[in-house]
Amino acid sequence: MVRYVLNKFLFMLLSLFILITATFVLMNAVPGSPLQSEKATSPQIQKNLEAHYGLDKPLIVQYGIYLKKLAQFDLGISMKKKFQSVNKLIAGSFDNSLKLGLVSVATSVLAGCALGIIAALYHRKFLDNAALVVSVIGLAVPSVVMAPLLQYVFAVKIRAFEVAGLNGPMDYVLPTIALSAAPIAFIARLIRSSMLEVLNSDFIKTAKAKGLAGHMIVWRHALRNSMLPVVTYLGYLIANVITGSVVIEQIFAIPGIGKFFVQSVLDRDYPFIMGITIFYAILLMASRFLSDLAYALVDPRLRLQTGRVAK
Amino acid sequence: MRTMLEVNDLSVSFDVYGGEVQAVRGVSFSVKEGEAVAIVGESGSGKSVTAQTIMRLISTPPGRIKQGSVRFDGQELLSLPEKEMQRVRGNQIGMIFQDPMTSLNPTMTIGMQIMEGLMKHQKMSRSDAKKRAIELLTMVGIPNPESRISQYPHHFSGGMRQRAMIAIALSCNPALLIADEPTTALDVTIQAQILRLMKNLQKQTGTSIILITHDLGIVADMCDRVIVMYAGQIIETGTKREIFRNPQHPYTKGLLKSLPRLDQSKNEPLVPIHGTPPDLIQPPQGCGFCSRCDYAMRICQTEVPEFTRLSDTQQVRCWLQQSQGGIRGGKGASA
Repeated sequence: MVRYVLNKFLFMLLSLFILITATFVLMNAVPGSPLQSEKATSPQIQKNLEAHYGLDKPLIVQYGIYLKKLAQFDLGISMKKKFQSVNKLIAGSFDNSLKLGLVSVATSVLAGCALGIIAALYHRKFLDNAALVVSVIGLAVPSVVMAPLLQYVFAVKIRAFEVAGLNGPMDYVLPTIALSAAPIAFIARLIRSSMLEVLNSDFIKTAKAKGLAGHMIVWRHALRNSMLPVVTYLGYLIANVITGSVVIEQIFAIPGIGKFFVQSVLDRDYPFIMGITIFYAILLMASRFLSDLAYALVDPRLRLQTGRVAK
Repeated sequence: MRTMLEVNDLSVSFDVYGGEVQAVRGVSFSVKEGEAVAIVGESGSGKSVTAQTIMRLISTPPGRIKQGSVRFDGQELLSLPEKEMQRVRGNQIGMIFQDPMTSLNPTMTIGMQIMEGLMKHQKMSRSDAKKRAIELLTMVGIPNPESRISQYPHHFSGGMRQRAMIAIALSCNPALLIADEPTTALDVTIQAQILRLMKNLQKQTGTSIILITHDLGIVADMCDRVIVMYAGQIIETGTKREIFRNPQHPYTKGLLKSLPRLDQSKNEPLVPIHGTPPDLIQPPQGCGFCSRCDYAMRICQTEVPEFTRLSDTQQVRCWLQQSQGGIRGGKGASA
């Protein structure tokens, strides 16, 4: 087990390194510079600024300096945000994104599983079809459309919620719906199909032959076995919901990290772009890693014995 | 001796896209207390459907129990409410399935899978159920039951899984055990072990057994009485001795001829039964076997023969055995 974790960790470091390099190269290949502004500056000032941020050195040297600092967990100083450190900027803004993200992930999993189970149990009956309709809408309508629609109906017309901002618990409702509609639909379809498969399997017949009641069979025997595809999806979902909130954060004016991400790219704020990209990458890898570990929790066959897969 | 199970004129159909598959067509038989009865037949002959109907495990739809009755210990099962049926399943009737590799829940410990039934039917506490589960695993011959109980099915070999299945089926001391091809998925040496185990357990507990199989060798080993099914109907029943020594239906004879014998000379080829069983969406009007039968007469194609009693225990459904068969056949020809 330790070897497995260590192995995974080394691979994560390697992919992180590749990602940092690629982002660094791409970022510098894009025309424009963080020091360009509408105000005309004299060449001397320009030169001094470049020297101050180290932009006058050759790219390879800049890259080396960046890596050296990164090894000390220092993401540098933002070039646009009044000399604040990127570490602090991320820590300050991630709070809101994380809260919204976690609420959305929890909503997606709970609602998705519930819909999926209902659809599977009432296979080809009214409730199954109803769940299908909800799923198709959830999958087909992108969050960019869903969000303004929700704002218009529930905040402008009905005035049940605030249009934007994230000040009280009620303010989470609309962004959460917008963020989790697609994942709910996706999870519902996943659970439905895997549940239908599991319900037809031999061991469910065994459970019935034992005289267990229907709900016991679903809870104890069927659900856990149909959860595996959802666990696979979960790693992707967590990262996706937190990064996917880029758009939603803009629409609902939530001061989260997603908003900064877009802004940093527009500003060519090099340290900030790098910082957020690395941060997202770590987040994504960590959630994938966690979902790998969650597999073993759900399915005992995937539990590891001294570093190799038990079969 | 008390009659444990009485199946009367049972018919089961499945509604599928192409029409109605009449899987079981008017099956009647009974099983006495402590008796081991084999239901023999090839794939699709309706033997598994019959067994699952007794337990009401047929999913409806597409399945449909068209008529008949299943009385277990005097109680009609087919009209029993689902709640009460759950009290019969696993408690009074245990069942073993064909494939031990897929019949156990892969995400639940073996112990828990045995304990579940005990906790439900015998209202045992967790710790009592655990003790009993260890006893059961010992009884079915699994070594180190104390540690095995917390392992998962993938830690068990095929034979051991089937032993665990037997432990589950017998956990509540059922009066009847239905074994649906319990050894088909196992290799031959393990088959022999499992059969010996079932035989010994039957001696100890006195349960009645319905053994469903297509392997006549197993039948000779295990059972008192044999029911031969073909195309959803029973075509011959008798004691083991009668069926093996004096089979009367051409199908039963064919089955026995297709088996290798120890006293057979090496060059003597086995005799297969040619052809395939009839399509049960449109079951034949007459005897189901007549298209494959070497002795078929005209009447065989048009009318289903009734049972002819050959002895107190042996009955056969064949025109060849009926005294008026030839005469009726002649009439059919002139009409």
